[in-house]
Amino acid sequence: MELTREDVKKVALLSRLELTEEEIDAQRKPLNDLLKQFEALQRLDVTGIEPTSHSMPVVNVLRDDVETESLSREQVLANAPESRDGCFVVPRIVAD
Amino acid sequence: MSELMNLTARALRDLVADGTVSARELTEAALQRIEAVEPKVKAFLTVTAESALADADAIDVRRAAGELLPALAGVPVAVKDNMCTTGTRTTAGSKILYNFVPPYDATAITRLKGAGAIIVGKTNLDEFAMGSSTENSGYHTSCNPWDLERVPGGSSGGSAAAVAACEAPISLGSDTGGSIRQPAALCGIVGMKPTYGRVSRYGLIAYASSLDQIGPFGRTVYDCALTLNAIAGHDPKDSTSTTVGVPDFTSECGASIKGMRLGVPKEYFTQGVSADVEAAVRAAINRYTELGAIVEECSLPNTEYALASYYIIAPAECSSNLARFDGVKYGLRTKELAGHIGLSEKTRDEGFGTEVKQRIMIGTYALSAGYYDAYYKRAQQVRTLIRRDFDRAFEKYDALLTPTSPVTAFKVGEKADPLEMKLADVCTIPVNMAGLPGISLPCGFVAGLPVGLQIISKPYDEVTLFKVAHAYEQSAEWHTCLAKL
Repeated sequence: MELTREDVKKVALLSRLELTEEEIDAQRKPLNDLLKQFEALQRLDVTGIEPTSHSMPVVNVLRDDVETESLSREQVLANAPESRDGCFVVPRIVAD
Repeated sequence: MSELMNLTARALRDLVADGTVSARELTEAALQRIEAVEPKVKAFLTVTAESALADADAIDVRRAAGELLPALAGVPVAVKDNMCTTGTRTTAGSKILYNFVPPYDATAITRLKGAGAIIVGKTNLDEFAMGSSTENSGYHTSCNPWDLERVPGGSSGGSAAAVAACEAPISLGSDTGGSIRQPAALCGIVGMKPTYGRVSRYGLIAYASSLDQIGPFGRTVYDCALTLNAIAGHDPKDSTSTTVGVPDFTSECGASIKGMRLGVPKEYFTQGVSADVEAAVRAAINRYTELGAIVEECSLPNTEYALASYYIIAPAECSSNLARFDGVKYGLRTKELAGHIGLSEKTRDEGFGTEVKQRIMIGTYALSAGYYDAYYKRAQQVRTLIRRDFDRAFEKYDALLTPTSPVTAFKVGEKADPLEMKLADVCTIPVNMAGLPGISLPCGFVAGLPVGLQIISKPYDEVTLFKVAHAYEQSAEWHTCLAKL
């Protein structure tokens, strides 16, 4: 199957990317080229094959519940584009 | 050029330890070399001259006090700019992190410093390690020291070029689908990807978490083993880092490989490998027979499916990992404020490059409702098949020999089609999918450009990998060839 212009727009929205009209057109071909590559996988019989999410499976790694040193609030906020009163500042998300 | 910078990390370490050269003299030599060749090579994004000299002075003070110095004391090292360094800007090659100054060191950095190494700068890469040439860097394209019109490979192209240009004897890169081994091959040096989990990923800016692994570059196999000694080992801050014990990775360098069984998977010679590259790799394989190894052809039948499954799994993980760049906590924030969602979408459009957007979108698509089973789940099942191929081969063989890259270094702009670029990683990707250790080392030249031999070994058996690589290296003289700049 091939992605239409509308499909690319929808995926961009899901990806939180506000693409320009030119970018939507430019991205369509490489995306479809990749999808075409993926068709090769449909040739394989994978019935009953367990999926591998991690090559070296480790399960539920827990640490002791003890206090350790962590970054200070100032250090954490030092890279924020905008901060105030020890918090990150974001645009208003609730209307008056 | 200063003769010092032609030497290996091992030799330099000894010169500092016995007082022939001070750490400051050595660091100054590295900084002079960087100043002299950077206009041509452009391997670095940031040179950390000031902190490097301060760190060097600290080593000299320790030596003067009669302290026993650690394994890499005074040795200059370059680090890929996707590893966090306290107080030094870390960009991951992306405009979205143009102003990010980490408040902490990656564990690999902490350990390098603990071993006494002197970090001289942060090297260029394809944005977020996505690419094979450094052309996807948000800053500039680095040049191959063997031919400045050609790419150094990628994504760790800056780290490879820096070592090939003698700007540092060793460097660190990260390898998700070949990003250490491929640029090592194209730059005529040694590059090694450890077993998944060998080196902590704490502080490595994530691309695809189940595949990413930090590893060393050097001009010799021994230097890579020495560097891995310094950075390997379990880290409580990375739950996927292995608790398997860390051996001395140099311990078998120099041991005989007589009677060892080496497999040559036939599938690795059919996927667009150029005739010249194949000839150089075959000649290296023949050398192994002369050295007393038992060399046989073998088969990894699912190799042809590795690329497609990688380009589902890696982008899927990347779409999740890169969700954190939203213009709120660090990095770029768009000047056009348009509500919460608009802020994020606009910032990401401005901050990410074309290739990164493409991978985020294909990953998002592969994970989206209705397509998950057909793409993501199936790719993970194929991953199981690829791993089984290797497991079967390693029942019979100690290590496998293949080309690293199907072609030698290509010209800047030559591979304009993103799909063609992706095919450059066809021989390296399966190793990441299976989590295995792999190394690339020089095995000849074609028209003045280096060719790489890839060796793959069993999980956690890097000692064997270094042993097999070292035996060939010492039987040839490729490692003594330096690029003329």
